Amino acid sequence: MLAFIIRRVMQSAAVMLTVAFVAFGLFNFVGDPVASMLGQDATPDDRARLRADLGLDDPFYKQFASFVGNAVKGEFGLSLRQGRKVSTLLKERMPATLELSFTAAILALVLGIPMGVYTALRRNSWFSQVLLTISLVGVSLPTFLIGIYLILIFAVLLGWLPSFGRGDVTALGWWTTGYLTQSGLKAIILPSITLSLFVMTLVMRLVRSEMLEVLRTDYIKFARARGLTDRSVHFGHALMNTLVPVITIVGLQLGGIIAFAIITETVFQWPGMGLLFIQAVQFADIPVMAAYLCLIALIFVIINLIVDLLYYAVDPRLRIDRATTGH
Amino acid sequence: MVERTAAPEAPPESDPVMPRALADIAPELDPALAAPSSLREFWGDFSQNRGAVAGLAMVIALVLVAIFADWIAPHSPIEQFREATLTPPSWHEGGTTKFLLGTDALGRDILSRLIHGSRLSLFIGFISVTLSLALGVVLGLLAGFLRGITEIFIMRLMDVMLALPSLLLAIAVVAILGPGLINAMYAIAIVLLPHYVRLARAAVIGETGKEYVAAARIAGAGPLRLMFNTVLPNCTAPLIVQATLGFSTAILDAAALGFLGLGAQPPTPEWGSMLADALEFIQRASWVVTWPGLAILITVLAFNLMGDGLRDALDPKLKR
Repeated sequence: MLAFIIRRVMQSAAVMLTVAFVAFGLFNFVGDPVASMLGQDATPDDRARLRADLGLDDPFYKQFASFVGNAVKGEFGLSLRQGRKVSTLLKERMPATLELSFTAAILALVLGIPMGVYTALRRNSWFSQVLLTISLVGVSLPTFLIGIYLILIFAVLLGWLPSFGRGDVTALGWWTTGYLTQSGLKAIILPSITLSLFVMTLVMRLVRSEMLEVLRTDYIKFARARGLTDRSVHFGHALMNTLVPVITIVGLQLGGIIAFAIITETVFQWPGMGLLFIQAVQFADIPVMAAYLCLIALIFVIINLIVDLLYYAVDPRLRIDRATTGH
Repeated sequence: MVERTAAPEAPPESDPVMPRALADIAPELDPALAAPSSLREFWGDFSQNRGAVAGLAMVIALVLVAIFADWIAPHSPIEQFREATLTPPSWHEGGTTKFLLGTDALGRDILSRLIHGSRLSLFIGFISVTLSLALGVVLGLLAGFLRGITEIFIMRLMDVMLALPSLLLAIAVVAILGPGLINAMYAIAIVLLPHYVRLARAAVIGETGKEYVAAARIAGAGPLRLMFNTVLPNCTAPLIVQATLGFSTAILDAAALGFLGLGAQPPTPEWGSMLADALEFIQRASWVVTWPGLAILITVLAFNLMGDGLRDALDPKLKR
């Protein structure tokens, strides 16, 4: 177990180093910072001094090491566009993105699992066919298009829900939440549906195929032979055994949700990190881009790590496998 | 973004008695193994799936539209009819038959833009999938044949790439290379790469232990011939399936990048950027959003249906 954890942590560290390398590469590939900081009439001496001050004359590995060192402390410098500290900017925007992603993930689970169970149990009913067809269409539609149409229907035509923004937020320390006000709750409905649809279809299809697989096994037949009710067989035995892979996939998708929030946030002008990132890309605001990349990668890696460890804890077969093949 | 992988450890066994490699070396030995018969067999399996045939028909129609775009399109995709901005589709009130699907905010004919856009979308899909497939197959073959340090290096690199959300990776690549259609294609190719590498490697490792490979080796085939002539033809099925599904991923990703302003730049008639331009007019003129969206939906659906059908026909083991 310990060896497994250590190996996974090492892998995660390698991923983070690679991402840091890419983020660091942004600084070197996108323009010359000295030129943009000094302007046109700087003398070569000015340039040389600034280069030395900024540490740009240091060898590559030394620059990279100091970049990583600062990144670990959360220091990414000043935003070129807004002139404020990147860490403060991200901290302001983070609650919006996390609340949106969290709501979307919950929606995907709460709706996706029952739909999957239903389509597996009533395989030939017309409603199952409808759900499956919709899910195929849902996978083939770009997220932003779904968002645009939700805006068109519920905000423009019906006028029930706001089409952009986060509504009124309440501050709890540095965290701002939209869950406590009515306009905040209204504002989160459309973006979270948009963001959750793809994962929802994924969960539904996964639960369906896993259920179909499990329902064919011997222990289900045995449970039926014991005279258990359908409900107990379906939900107590079958569903419980499908949940492990479902939780794994959803856990892994959670990082994806946070990343895909970029598009949803752009459509709904949701004041989260994704919107900040896209604006940063358009203005070549490199410190913000680098910090966002590192932060999302960190969240993604941590989630992956937790899911892997959970999986290891939940599924005893993994442990037996290792014990028999490893030694 | 769709992330699907055809089963990595399911190499096709079109003919277990005589593998295709032998037919390559000495085709005159068994005329029954010539291409037409296996093609007919494949078509028999494929045509049973009605959705797949519909998908294939749509794909063929799209390819034809893309090839003959210059002749089919009624107007130039970038010509602006300043007196006719935001004209509704012809069957709406105020629409004219001159602009069948209406015009956008700059007075450009939407139908013509869509027709020319199909060219771009297929081009994006084709280039990024081809790039990614070619590079992925080579890397996968190398990893599967050489093993050892090469394999560890290649596969760890792929793991790192898979460990990042695909869209984020694509945006990062575009941010480094700069926005634009060509760079978006490179970004998509890079994002798709790990799937092909893993598939190719798994297939190669599954095949190399088999006797026909040993036979070819004993017959004196060099490593390159072993890799590309003996083993590769027997690993193609999962790669073809993944490539078809990769088309739809590529088109969706390109649309997303275009929507974010990182892909095709104006006035290129790319579907995703058409949608981004149309967003502000959604209240007054919903058709400017509807048509490009429909075009993306139909194209991606067609490739998804075709990919599913191909998988069932080529990889019977995957059938549920």
